[in-house]
Amino acid sequence: MKQRDFENRYEDRWNALEQWLQSGEGTLDLPVAYRALCQQLAVAKERQYTNQLIDRLNRLVMAAHHRVYQQQTLRRNTWLWYLLAGFPRAVRAQIRYVWLATALFVLPALVMGIGSYSNDALIYAVMSPDQVMQFESMYDPGNSVLGRERGSDSDLMMFGFYIKNNIGIAFRTFAAGLLFGIGAIFFLVFNGVYLGAVFGHITRVGFVTTFYPFVIGHGAFELTAIVLAGAAGLRLGQSLIDPGGRRRLVALRLASIEAMKIVYGTFLMLVIAAFLEAFWSSSTELAIAVKLAVGAALWLLVFAYFALAGRGVDGDGHKELRSGS
Amino acid sequence: MLDTTYNVETPEGIDLRAQAAGPVPRILAFAVDVFYRSLVLTGLGIALAFADRAGMGIWLVCSFLLEWFYPVYFEVMRGGQTPGKKAFGLMVVNDNLTPISWGASLLRNLLRFADFLPFAYAAGVISMTLNRNFQRLGDMAAGTLVVYREAEHRQTSLPDVAPLAPPRGLQLQDQLAVISLTERHGELSDARQRELADLLQPVTGKSDRAALNYLRAVGNWLLGGK
Repeated sequence: MKQRDFENRYEDRWNALEQWLQSGEGTLDLPVAYRALCQQLAVAKERQYTNQLIDRLNRLVMAAHHRVYQQQTLRRNTWLWYLLAGFPRAVRAQIRYVWLATALFVLPALVMGIGSYSNDALIYAVMSPDQVMQFESMYDPGNSVLGRERGSDSDLMMFGFYIKNNIGIAFRTFAAGLLFGIGAIFFLVFNGVYLGAVFGHITRVGFVTTFYPFVIGHGAFELTAIVLAGAAGLRLGQSLIDPGGRRRLVALRLASIEAMKIVYGTFLMLVIAAFLEAFWSSSTELAIAVKLAVGAALWLLVFAYFALAGRGVDGDGHKELRSGS
Repeated sequence: MLDTTYNVETPEGIDLRAQAAGPVPRILAFAVDVFYRSLVLTGLGIALAFADRAGMGIWLVCSFLLEWFYPVYFEVMRGGQTPGKKAFGLMVVNDNLTPISWGASLLRNLLRFADFLPFAYAAGVISMTLNRNFQRLGDMAAGTLVVYREAEHRQTSLPDVAPLAPPRGLQLQDQLAVISLTERHGELSDARQRELADLLQPVTGKSDRAALNYLRAVGNWLLGGK
């Protein structure tokens, strides 16, 4: 068949499909139209019709292919399942990396904490004197407000600050893990050292009654989330260092699926932490005992969540829950 | 081979083709996106200035969202194109050339920071130049790539010449060459077309305008003109 005849025979169908893809107007059985189109493209190639025609059909196939193979990933129930079971299960599945990240964060913090508790000068190794002064004034029990100078509207400002700053740190810790884990290790150790120095120094100067009630509440979410983001980053790095029997690219692809399951959760945890830090931790009207008790309860809650949530459901239960409601 | 064509075979046995986009257009597209983002942030900053500290808080949240999720929104909701990519005719797709999904888009944009390290997207540019499909680190992990969105071509008309049957025994290769000359009559300059037609003088026995018209007539016939 000559190309002209071929074009004339199918022109109307191609135009109809083009129209439908652009505007969604008219009735069209997409799978049937798509299969027919694929066949026509194959025929056109086989018969060595001109490039113009093949390009046009190729474009049309591509557009239809996009429509046919669209991935729909967001289902409402998936999110519910993720919160109730998926997230803690993902964390437990990567528990080796979680412990490693915890060690990388807590050990430097302990060393720095004990160090700057016993040595007045050590904190200046990681902070400028101005910053130290600022921290001291923030938690001075003589102040009427906690954290920073606060009006009611500045709670909102600090909320914005915590969102941008803390979630940014978590995301960067995760992403930097891609560089063979080095970046994640760096951020974990760096934050551990910084935090340890502040804890040690503030305890040393004796502002315990203001500092600990302030940090305990949101710390349950914030510190664990940073560690988890680091663990997810380490998982990425590990897949490149030791891909096992796979190609590195494939190992990385699979590892990042696992890691992302954790990262979604750390995002949620840090939003919660930002809320707590801005609107709860900074409140001066609550008694110290209340804040400590609630803070301790939150820590327990977080640990219980990761240790227990989603244990009952196995892979099949997951499916049931997804399609059930 | 130095070729940016990216091929995928679909389950229907069709080879899909796309052209992978290199570092330069992608960097330019990124610069455009940075410009738009700063524009929005500046506008928001001015609008929220009178709300004082509360406004500052809202601004910080917005800047966080723009920093991390601006590309995600556009890539998933606007057919793989951020405004910058749209300006340069690029789009992000999964490596099987299907539209990018939420998970892949989130991953490639979170890992943007790894591409940024140690400074000024050095890791990303190095990765792109070493990779066959110009994938940066985030693209490799997420299984995505940036391709050119093919522009709509208008169908070209054929030259207005009465079709003429070709001589016997015209080989397939020669037929294709003649057809392609006929099809490109609008793209090549007239002088160049006559020059090309002159090359066949020993075969056609015609020269200049006559040779070109003869070849066009044959091409028309081969394409099925009557």
